Amino acid sequence: MSKENSYSVIGKPRRRVDGADKVTGQTCFADDIMLPRMLHCKLLRSHVPHALIRSIDTRKAERHPGVKLVLTGRDFPNEYGILPVSQDEQPLCREKVRFVGDPVAAVIARDEFVAEEALELIRVEYEPLDTISDPVEALKQEPARLHDYSEEGNIHKRLSYEFGDVEESLANSAHVFEDIFFFEGNTHLPLEQHAAVGVPEAEGRVTLWSSTQCPHYVHRAVAKALDLPMAHVRVIATPNGGGFGGKTDPFNHEIVVARAALMLGRPIKICLNREEVFYCHRGRHPVLMKFRTGVDVNGALTAMHLQTLLDGGAYGSYGVASAFYTAVLQPVTYHLPRYAFDACRVFTNKPPCGPKRGHGTVQPRFGQEVQLDKIADRLKIDPAELRLNMVEKPGALTANYLKIGSIGLAECINRVTERSGWKDKYRKLPSGRGVGLACSSYLTGAGNSIYWNAMPHSGVQLKLDRSGRVTVFCGATEIGQGSDDVLVATVAEILGIDPLDIRCVTGDTDLTPVDLGSYSSRVTLMMGNAAIQAAERARDLIAQAAAQKFGADAEVIEFAGGRVFNTGRPEQEMPFQEAVVCAEEIYGSLGTTGSYTPAPPPGKYKGGGVGPSPAYSYTAAVVEVEIDTASGWITVPRVYIAHDLGRTMNPVLARGQVEGSVYMGLGEALMEESAFRRLPARLSGALVHREPSMLEYKSPTSTDMPEVITDLIEYPDDNGPFGAKEAGQGPLLPVIPALANAVYDAVGVRIDEVPITAEKILQALDSKARGGSGRVGPAKFPELEWPEPYRVPPPWEGGDGNAVNKPQRKRAAKMHDMDRFRKVTAS
Amino acid sequence: MMRLPRFHYYRPRDIREAALVLAGEENAMVIAGGTDLLPNMKRRQQTPRTLVALRHLDELKRVTNGSGLVIGAGVTLTDLVQDRGIKSAYRGLWQAAAQVATPHLRNMGTLGGNICLDTRCNYYDQNHEWRKAIDFCMKKDGAICWVSTGSKTCLATSSTDTAPALVSLGAEVELETAHGQRTIPLHELYRDDGIHYLTRSNEEILTRIILPDGAGTRSVYWKLRRRGSFDFPVLSVAAAIRFGAGGAVDEARIVLGAVASQPVLCDSASEFLNDRSLTDEVIEEAAALCARAAKPVKNTDFSPHWRKRAVARLAAYALQELRGDDMRATREKIARQAL
Amino acid sequence: MNKVTTLKRSQQQNAHIGCQVNREPVQVSVAPGKTLLEMLREDLQLTGTKHGCELGECGACAVLVDGEPILSCLYLALEAEGCSIDTVEGMALDGRLHPLQEAFADLGGAQCGYCTPAILLTCKALLDKQPDPDRDQIREALSGNLCRCTGYQQIFESVEEAILRLDHSEQGTDLKSVPGSGG
Repeated sequence: MSKENSYSVIGKPRRRVDGADKVTGQTCFADDIMLPRMLHCKLLRSHVPHALIRSIDTRKAERHPGVKLVLTGRDFPNEYGILPVSQDEQPLCREKVRFVGDPVAAVIARDEFVAEEALELIRVEYEPLDTISDPVEALKQEPARLHDYSEEGNIHKRLSYEFGDVEESLANSAHVFEDIFFFEGNTHLPLEQHAAVGVPEAEGRVTLWSSTQCPHYVHRAVAKALDLPMAHVRVIATPNGGGFGGKTDPFNHEIVVARAALMLGRPIKICLNREEVFYCHRGRHPVLMKFRTGVDVNGALTAMHLQTLLDGGAYGSYGVASAFYTAVLQPVTYHLPRYAFDACRVFTNKPPCGPKRGHGTVQPRFGQEVQLDKIADRLKIDPAELRLNMVEKPGALTANYLKIGSIGLAECINRVTERSGWKDKYRKLPSGRGVGLACSSYLTGAGNSIYWNAMPHSGVQLKLDRSGRVTVFCGATEIGQGSDDVLVATVAEILGIDPLDIRCVTGDTDLTPVDLGSYSSRVTLMMGNAAIQAAERARDLIAQAAAQKFGADAEVIEFAGGRVFNTGRPEQEMPFQEAVVCAEEIYGSLGTTGSYTPAPPPGKYKGGGVGPSPAYSYTAAVVEVEIDTASGWITVPRVYIAHDLGRTMNPVLARGQVEGSVYMGLGEALMEESAFRRLPARLSGALVHREPSMLEYKSPTSTDMPEVITDLIEYPDDNGPFGAKEAGQGPLLPVIPALANAVYDAVGVRIDEVPITAEKILQALDSKARGGSGRVGPAKFPELEWPEPYRVPPPWEGGDGNAVNKPQRKRAAKMHDMDRFRKVTAS
Repeated sequence: MMRLPRFHYYRPRDIREAALVLAGEENAMVIAGGTDLLPNMKRRQQTPRTLVALRHLDELKRVTNGSGLVIGAGVTLTDLVQDRGIKSAYRGLWQAAAQVATPHLRNMGTLGGNICLDTRCNYYDQNHEWRKAIDFCMKKDGAICWVSTGSKTCLATSSTDTAPALVSLGAEVELETAHGQRTIPLHELYRDDGIHYLTRSNEEILTRIILPDGAGTRSVYWKLRRRGSFDFPVLSVAAAIRFGAGGAVDEARIVLGAVASQPVLCDSASEFLNDRSLTDEVIEEAAALCARAAKPVKNTDFSPHWRKRAVARLAAYALQELRGDDMRATREKIARQAL
Repeated sequence: MNKVTTLKRSQQQNAHIGCQVNREPVQVSVAPGKTLLEMLREDLQLTGTKHGCELGECGACAVLVDGEPILSCLYLALEAEGCSIDTVEGMALDGRLHPLQEAFADLGGAQCGYCTPAILLTCKALLDKQPDPDRDQIREALSGNLCRCTGYQQIFESVEEAILRLDHSEQGTDLKSVPGSGG
C-alpha cells in the first residue's frame, strides 16, 4: 500500500521533543513538585471489605503534633464518578466502605511521617456487611447490596443486542462451536505511583497538579465533588510516569488535596504508596465469556452469539463502557454476517475495575482468536488461511453499524507468517515447540465523549509572533506515549519549520483548549486533526501576507525548510520568521484554533455510541513457545508482530508503542494477576488483594522479555492526520491468544484461561495423559436472566441503524436524585 | 512514600563493640546490606529500637584461604559472584549468589544477610495496613497461622538462596558475642519454625562462613522462580558430590530450599547416591527421593502441588549437571541467565 | 556501656554527614530513619531520582554509590557518609549529554521516562566497568530495573548505540575523567 512519504517531519525517525528532559531527570512528575509551605496528606483506608461506618473519631489525630487538618466524608458535599450514569464515588466514604482500601479519612500534616502516625489515632467503628468476592456470589439474591442504583441486587448493568437472527444462522451453519473462556483481572502497574498537589489560589480558586491522563474529566469531577464553579478550578496534568489507563478516572485523593488546599490556604501534596496504587486499580476486568459461533465449510464466520460476565469491583468507573467493549469490536476484525451479544457487569467488594490498555476488548479477543484456532484445527485449515479468507473489507459497515476505514490486516497476517516461517513451523515443530497466530483490531479514539455533548473532542490553539517561535496549546496529556511529539511534529510539518522552533503547552485546563485526554488511543488522530486545522489556518494567514509581499497569489506560496517561498518564482522567498512578521503587520497578533469532532456514528440504536471510532487499527502476531512437558515450564523465545497504524508519525515512538504492547500482553498472558484472598469464613471476614506489591504482582523483567520482530504496516485512513491510526493499544491484543494457540501447537493442550502458567499447562498435560480433554478452563457460564435484546437488522438485511423493537428496561435510580436524597438524610 | 519507623542508629568501631551494644540494648538488631531488614521495617514487620551497623566493618569483608575458604559475613553477594576462586571451586554457591534478587540488591546485600534472611510468607510480607485487614498472623502481631489455621508453629518459608548451597558444601558458620565465639555447622543454625528459624541468639553476630576444601567436590544450584530476577525461590535444589576414582559417588549432599522454614537436607537421596554412578535410572530414583522430602505449603508464588511436582525435575537437572551433561540450554530457560 | 549509650543518644538526633554528590561536596543533616532516596529528593531537591515501591522491588530509585548501582530506597542516608554519589542530574558534563543519554533520547530508550534515570545510571556503571558488553550482559545488568513502557528492546538498542558512540566519538564524554566512575 501507500509507502510513499513526501513529508519532511512525519514518518522520519527523530528524537522526541521531550527526550532530552526525560534522560536528564528534568521531567517534572507530580511527586517532584516541591512548593513553599507545602503540607502532606495521607489517607486512612478501610481494613474491612464491606461495612457501614457507625462513627469516626478523629479528635486524637487532630491533637497530634504537626497535624493541621483531618477530613472525613462529611467534609465533601457530592458524589462523583467518571461516567454520568455512575456517580457512585465519594472522596472519603460517608456511610459505607466497599472494599479493603476504600478511604474514610484524610490527615494533612507537616510531613508524611506525622500524617501516617496520626492515621493510627483515628478510630472508626464499622458494622460489617456480607461480602461478595466474585460474580457467582454477586448473582445470588441474598447478599448485601453494594449500591442502591444497581439494576438489580449486585448486577450493575446488563446489555443485550441482536444484529440479525443469529439462532437461525447457527441452525443453518455447517459447524457450530461453543467455547467458554476466562480472563483473570490484572492491573496497569505504572512505575510512577499516583500523586497530586492541590494549590490554593486567590478568591477561593484552586489549582490541582496531578498525574492524570484526563485533566478535563478531573476538572469536571473536582468542581462537581466540591460544589465549585469549573471556572474556579484549574487542573494541570503532569507528565505521567506511565498510565496504561490506570490514571483515566478522577480519584478521591485528587479531590481531597484540592479541598484541603482551599481549607488551609497552603499547598497540599499526596503521593500514594504502591499498595494504594493497587487499590486505585481500574484495571482489566476479570471476564467469563461464552462464544457460540457458526462457520461454513471453509471456516468463514456465519454468526456469533457472545455472552460476557464482568467482575466490576466496588464502583462503576468506566464499567458500563467496559461491558460494551467486551462485545462491540468482535465484528470489526473479520466479516461477521450476524451477531448477538449479552454482557453483564456485577459489583463485588474489591477495588474497582476499569480501562486498561485495550479496554474491555482484550478478553473477548483472547476468546475469539483461540476459538478460531480450534475451528481451524477441526476443519484442518491453516489458521492464517482461515483468517485471510474473512478479513473485513475496507470501508465496510459492520453488522453492528461500525464504519471501518482502511484495513491492512491481510498484509499484517502475510508479514508475520513470512517473517516467522509459519508454513515450515505450524504443526511441524518437534513436540514441546510451537507457534501460534492471532489477529485483532482496535479503536483510534472513542467516537463519543464520556459525557454527551456536541462540542469538539480536541482543540488546538496556535500562537505565533515575530520571534518565529510557534507555541501550540492542547489539553492532551503526555503519558510517555509521545503525544507532545505528535503535536509538535504535526505543526512543524504543516508550517515547514523545525520542531525545535515549536513549544508545546499541554494538559492545563486554564491555558489549553479542551482535549478529552489520553485514553482510547484517541490523541494522535483527534489532536492531530485539530492541530492540522489550526496550523493550516496559520499557514493561510502567513501565506496571504507573504503573497502580498511577493505580489503573488496565496495559492502559490509554500512552506518548507523554515522558509516561505513562491513555487512559481523560487527567488521570491524569505525565512519563516520574516513571513510571520509580515503577517503580524497585517493582521495584528497572530493566533489560530483548530478542533476535531468525530462524525456521528451510523448506528442510531440506544447503546450504538460505544464502539464507533474514526478509524480502526489492525494487528497480527505470531508467538513462538517452548514447553518442558515434565513441568509445564513455558518459554517464549520470539514474537513477530505486524501492526497497521495507517501512517507512522515517528517510527521510533511507534515501534516503542508496539513493542511495549507486546510486553504488556506477554505479562498478562504469562504471569500478571490481580487475585484476591478470602480467609476461612468461620475465622475471618477478610477479603484482601492477594499481592499488592511490585514483588508479588509479577511484571516481566528484562530477562523475561523475548526478542520482538516488529513491522509497521501503513494503510492510511482518510480520517487520520496524514492517514495515521493508533499504535499504543491494539498490538497488545493478539499476543495473548497467539501464545495460547502456540501452546496447543507445542503440546496439544488448550489453556482457555489467562494467565497461562506452567501449573495450568502441567494440569492439562496430566489430563491429556489420562485420556481427558487436555483442557484447562472454565466449565460453565452461569444461567443469567437477560433482558429482551435490542433488535437491529444488519445493513445487508435492510437495517437503517435503528432498533426495530422497544425493549422495556428497568430504570436504574437516577444518580442526581440519589445525591439529593443523601443530602436530605445527611442534614 | 513508604518510610522507616524511628530507631537509634549505632555505628560500632569493631565487632566486639557491635556485640556489646546488641547485648546491652533491648530490641536491637544488626544491619548490614539492609535489603531484607529495611523493607521489613517499612512494612512494620520488624521494629527494632536500635540498629547496629556492620556495613563499614572491614573485618567482615575478607575472603581468606586456609584449608578451605573463609568468607566474611559482610562480603556482598556481588563480591562473591566476582570471586573467580569461588566460581571455580564452589560453583553451587556461586550459582546461588548470582541468582539472588537483582544486581542492585546483590551490590548491597551480604552473604551473612542472605543466610539470616527472614522467613517469608504471603500473609506476612505485606504492609501493616494489609496485615491489619487479616487481623495479622502469629509471626507478627497476631495469633494464628493463616497458611494452615490448625498449625501450632509458623510455616513461613526459608527463602535464602545461598544457605542450601552452603549446607550442601558442608559449610560452618562462626557466631560471635561480646564474650566469645562458637562455630557450628550451618545446618544447625536453622530450625523448622518460621518465627524462631535461627538458633542464633539475639546477642550473636554471624561473622564468618567457613567452607571445607572444595577440591574434588562438584556443586550446583538450581532455582525456580516466576521471573528471571527479583523473585525469591519457590523451590531450589543445591547438590554437592565428591566423586570417587571410578566415577561413582563418594559422598553426596542434596539440599532443598523454599520448601520448609529451613533448608531441607535430603538424607535419603544423598545416601542412596553413595557408591552409585549417576546413570539416568539412579538420577531418577534420587530425584524421586528428593521429592518425598519436600513439603511445600501455600504461602509463596505457585501452588504447593506444582512446586512439589517440580522437585524431582529440578533435582534431576542438578544431578545431570553434576554428571557433566551440558545443561546450558535448560538453564537458560529456567534461570533466564547464563550460569 | 555508658559510653555506648551516650554515643547512641547523639545518633538518634539528626546527624551531619558529608559526602560527594555529582562530584560536589555536600553537607546534610539527616535523621537515622531517612533513606538516601529521601535525602536526595527531599533535602537536596535532586528529584531526578525516582521511586516506585520504596521496598527494593522495582529499581526506579537506583543511584551510584562509589560507582556501584544501589537502591537508594534501602540505603540509610547516614551510611552515605564519605561516599561519592552519582545521580542522573550529574550525568551530563559541561552541558553535554552523556552518550547514554543521547542514545536513550534518540532511540526510544525512554518512553514515560520514569524508570529512565535509574536505568541510565545502571548502564553507566556497566560501561564504566566493561566498555563492550553484549546483549545478554546488558540484559542481565538491567534485570533489576522494571520498565512497563518499552518492553526493554529499545533500551537494549539505546545502550548498544551508546557503546558505538563512546567508541567513535572523540568529543564524547571521557568517562575516565569522571571521579568515582571506575573505568
